[in-house]
Amino acid sequence: MANDPIHQFHISQWIPLHVGGVDLSFTNSSAFMVATVAVASAFLYLTSSNRGLIPTRLQSVSEMAYEFVASTLRESAGSAGMKFFPFVFSLFMFVLVANMLGMFPYFFTVTSQIIVTFALAVLVIGTVLVYGFAKHGFKFLGVFVPSGVPAPLLLLVVPIEIISFLSRPISLSVRLFANMLAGHITLKVFAGFVASLSAFGAVGIGGAILPLAMTVALTGLEFLVAFLQAYVFTVLTCMYLNDAVHPGGH
Amino acid sequence: MFVSSAHAASTTETTVAQAETPGADAHGTPGADAHGATTAHTETGAGHEKAVFPPFDSTHFASQLLWLALTFAVFYLFLSRVVLPRIGGTIETRRDRIATDLDQAARMKQESDEALAAYEQELADAKAKANSIAQTARDEAKAKAEAEQAEISAALEKKLSDAEASIAAIKDKAMQEVGTIAEDTATEVVRKILGGTVDRPSIAAAVKSVRG
Repeated sequence: MANDPIHQFHISQWIPLHVGGVDLSFTNSSAFMVATVAVASAFLYLTSSNRGLIPTRLQSVSEMAYEFVASTLRESAGSAGMKFFPFVFSLFMFVLVANMLGMFPYFFTVTSQIIVTFALAVLVIGTVLVYGFAKHGFKFLGVFVPSGVPAPLLLLVVPIEIISFLSRPISLSVRLFANMLAGHITLKVFAGFVASLSAFGAVGIGGAILPLAMTVALTGLEFLVAFLQAYVFTVLTCMYLNDAVHPGGH
Repeated sequence: MFVSSAHAASTTETTVAQAETPGADAHGTPGADAHGATTAHTETGAGHEKAVFPPFDSTHFASQLLWLALTFAVFYLFLSRVVLPRIGGTIETRRDRIATDLDQAARMKQESDEALAAYEQELADAKAKANSIAQTARDEAKAKAEAEQAEISAALEKKLSDAEASIAAIKDKAMQEVGTIAEDTATEVVRKILGGTVDRPSIAAAVKSVRG
């Protein structure tokens, strides 16, 4: 168990719960979803509570996150897209905090579960579809017809656009999932080398220095990836929402 | 991961799937050993169950979806109702405050600029006024001095010419008297030396010839 790089992704039931033959148990994954929400909510709530005109350090962290997401969304989808701000901000904070919590040893990484990232991606694409059709009706299909393309080429371009649209939830979810999964496995493998090598006496301990240094470097890289993937997820969400707001704006 | 042995029976497939992943058997841990029932179960089921990579294990999908929906919904509601209006309000208040402060600073600067301009205007006026007063005073004094000078010089000229006239008169008179004195002196000298009477007109003629 200690050296198994896959073990960290196992789901264990904490509170068994079966409804009509469906397993809805409260698992370690559920616990870390709750922890993610609790940590993010508590941080944002507490740091914004004094509403200081001159922000404290932590207050400026939450305000930076706010401004960061707001400017990303405004740049991608314009001011009409700002109605999705709470949604995009919740997504960003959820993914970011889930990724960061996953960096703690022995913690479960919610975003390393394909079903979780896929559900979030489907939520994004579903929002785009529902809002797009509700707001623009059939004009929303203009998303698949780039402007300024000659008619014969449209026969080729429209199927490509449709395929690219359909692959969005897959690419969005797999990108986040695969990054978190691969990073954690790599980290675990290198950390495992340290443990196994140091079992071989003095020479082994000397040889363990290299994977140890690697583990330290990878940890830094993984923190970067944890932030970067949350950011990429948010940026792509903003771009997809732009389609819902401005369907002809290709 | 390792659930209690009592519970293991109800989640047979899961337990088997977990235990069969590479390394799980090779690196047996105290935790795994403690649950003898679980391990035993694994060994019996090992032959006819394929290992499932945990993230693709669909037995937990329903549970994960449910809990994700619950937690994310709560998170979304909490953020959109409580946190975001608050942070947005704080930022908005700050932006307004900065804008009004900047406006006020601009207004004050304008006021001070105006005050400075007014002060400089007044200073220039006062300088001009002082200059004109000084100029007038200088002009007046100059005119007065020139008038007095002219008056005095005129008086002096007059006195000079008067003096010259009286000198000329006195000189003429003296010159005339010099002739008579010379005649008298000559008559007396001649009378003293020669005795007798002296022909007065010849003496006058002599004096006249001597004087030229």
